[in-house]
Amino acid sequence: MTRTGELKSILMDGLWRQNTGLVVLLGLCPLLAVTGTVINGLGLGLATMLTLMASNLSVSLLRGLLRPEIRIPAFVLIIASVVTALELLMQAWLYDLYRILGIFIPLIVTNCAIIGRAEAFASRNRPLPALVDGLATGLGFCITLILLGALREMIGRGTLLADAHLMFGRLGENLTIVVIPGHPGFLLAILPPGAFIALGFLIAGRNWWQARRSRYPPEIAVVAHQARP
Amino acid sequence: MNRSELPKVTRNMLRSAFLLALVAVIGTTLLAGIHALTRDRIAAQERRVVLEQLNQVLPGSEYDNALHEDVIEIRDYSYFKHDEPFLVYRARKQGRPVAVVLNLVTADGYNGDIRLLVAIRVNGLIAGVRVIAHRETPGLGDPVERARSDWVLGFDGRSLTDPGQKDWAVRRDGGIFDQFTGATITPRAVVEAVQAALEFFAAQQDSIFAPVQAETSHDQDR
Repeated sequence: MTRTGELKSILMDGLWRQNTGLVVLLGLCPLLAVTGTVINGLGLGLATMLTLMASNLSVSLLRGLLRPEIRIPAFVLIIASVVTALELLMQAWLYDLYRILGIFIPLIVTNCAIIGRAEAFASRNRPLPALVDGLATGLGFCITLILLGALREMIGRGTLLADAHLMFGRLGENLTIVVIPGHPGFLLAILPPGAFIALGFLIAGRNWWQARRSRYPPEIAVVAHQARP
Repeated sequence: MNRSELPKVTRNMLRSAFLLALVAVIGTTLLAGIHALTRDRIAAQERRVVLEQLNQVLPGSEYDNALHEDVIEIRDYSYFKHDEPFLVYRARKQGRPVAVVLNLVTADGYNGDIRLLVAIRVNGLIAGVRVIAHRETPGLGDPVERARSDWVLGFDGRSLTDPGQKDWAVRRDGGIFDQFTGATITPRAVVEAVQAALEFFAAQQDSIFAPVQAETSHDQDR
């Protein structure tokens, strides 16, 4: 398989075939907890994506040193260091967003998707594919968080991109879109049960789309291919 | 096997331990570096947020001291329903007391602690009240936030005598402050905490602005 073909396959895995939020269902705790708005989802999604890229790259670079018996504690050390670094940087430059996402940032450490990618992919691949895998998995997770946030914010508050200034500063102040003017607020969508219900619809939607595509294959059926040496 | 050579198993173990320690050292070094780089900026951000919040309850034009630094901690648990010391910021203009801002916590919320800032002028009138942290139900209890409603502005200009003792309550309890549809506990907690803040200030006004030894001595009085 060509180099670009391999990277493309990694991207497709992370974004669609093995999407962390919708297919593998890992990292549900932060996923369900913070997706009340698009901006919160985007914030945590980006933080998770950066963590995945940094941890995948470090694990791949150190994979010669990481003998089987110490690899799990080493992964935990690497991931915890990356997340703590990220937390400090966020406190320094995105303090207002940090105040909202605060308690969920350390929880990224416990997102099993990250240790899962370190174990299943980064520890067996060269740095570039490992980095791309981190990007793809993180992006897939981030997009799921944004979709879930959009769904819940629209139904629960009738807006999109509320509080965008927390992330984009001055630029974000005019980004908020009022989808349903005078929306009375729909509590269920904002509370945790709404997160479960919305996630259920997203998963169902993805499965429906997948089933439809495989029933009427566009051209030649794509054989799912795990890029592994 | 050579006598000076450790058994293979032990050697392997030591090598693993060394590698793991190496990873830990790399990680720690990296973190120490980032901590050193961000420390000042984080402190500045925290200070900025504290000042922003203080300015919401007490306009910056009313005092000329460094409000966020002129602060005392009160370990008197008889006023607020919480076992955490609370902070009192002391605003002065040209050295004369102008107002205090209390940073206090009440445990009476529907869903745990509610943290409030209450600014009281030396004449006993409230300059402003803000809820700065809470976990009340979104959509029901959160109108206590300034961002969600004007409710909290209803305290401005109030004092211990306006309204009188029995009217310092939500309507449900026979007082004059509105509750919210479906939520009485949250506004009740806030109203009671604000009233307690006024009572604290009325009783301790002199010792708050007095030099340091005063606020340690009243600990034993109570």
